[in-house]
Amino acid sequence: MALTNDTIQQRLQEKFGESVFAFRDSHCMLEFAAPKELNLKVLNFLYDDAALQFQFLTDLTGVHYPSNKGGELAVVYHLHSLKENARLRFKIFVPIEQPEVYTATGLFSAANWMERETYDFFGILFVGHPNLKRILNVDEMDYFPLRKEFPLEDQTRIDKDDEMFGRGGTIK
Amino acid sequence: MSRPVSYNLVQKPLEKDISVAPLPDGHQGEGFFATSLDSVIGLARKNSIWPLPFATSCCGIEFMATMGSHYDLARFGSERVGFSPRQCDLLMVMGTIAKKMGPVVRQVYLQMAEPRWVIAVGACASSGGIFDTYSVLQGIDQVVPVDVYVPGCPPRPEAIIDGVLRIQDLVGKESLRRRNSEHYKALLNSYGIQ
Repeated sequence: MALTNDTIQQRLQEKFGESVFAFRDSHCMLEFAAPKELNLKVLNFLYDDAALQFQFLTDLTGVHYPSNKGGELAVVYHLHSLKENARLRFKIFVPIEQPEVYTATGLFSAANWMERETYDFFGILFVGHPNLKRILNVDEMDYFPLRKEFPLEDQTRIDKDDEMFGRGGTIK
Repeated sequence: MSRPVSYNLVQKPLEKDISVAPLPDGHQGEGFFATSLDSVIGLARKNSIWPLPFATSCCGIEFMATMGSHYDLARFGSERVGFSPRQCDLLMVMGTIAKKMGPVVRQVYLQMAEPRWVIAVGACASSGGIFDTYSVLQGIDQVVPVDVYVPGCPPRPEAIIDGVLRIQDLVGKESLRRRNSEHYKALLNSYGIQ
């Protein structure tokens, strides 16, 4: 029998009760959230549970929601159960003042570079990561470019200084 | 409607012999020709430029067409494309240079022997182009001095050839003392190159 989103939700709620929340069906893909302390417990459960076996980390990335006070930064895990051919999306929200999340490198080796990338662009600190340093941007970069308070455009240019190009204007 | 096919049926007469470079200014008489050393060396240099292609994106594809038989940059004495900076005279930077690539371009430039020239081909190498973003170098003239900029996104092979011809003009007219001048040293110093 194919693994349905309802079954996955049921298994998670049996195990974690009210701690897992915000279940949502997004284009037939299950999405849910958990408090940041529980991220490894949830990932381990999804990995080890005989009926679920979410043992493949498709993607790990970050999102910045400036209006979500107290949980401005999200860490998103995309998991795939190769056996059941089911996918899900799992979110952790952390405050921007203290963006600390436990690393998933112990469970998935693939998380190593993905967490470095997430650190590089969003500044999320993965506690226990073996080598948390920038991976794509120059080492001298002193900010996290995909946080929304930073404009996308290079601010060092002076030849394109009108507001159409994102500098000198009133873009918030 | 499809475009009518045209053939080069009318043979264009050769206006002048282009197989020999034109004579520099000088005095000529029976069995002698006198001119300045500058112009002789300039003549030799400008017709034997060894380009070093530094191609990172679509402008590099246009450069490949430029080197191919149809456009044939070899007609202008740049037959030999070198892939070691130590052998080459002309650094051709073609394509987007990310900030992380900036030190690499600079290193390649430093490895070239004097006299050396740089051509920035395309909008990205010249100014960052459409990539007005945190990760892209906004023009390679932030890391190395540039002699000629070729506009276009990407420029057609004719434009690249025109850029090389502009470089030839610079090479042919350059004073032999230029690379030792205070002005040139100040230019390199402004890039932090000793």
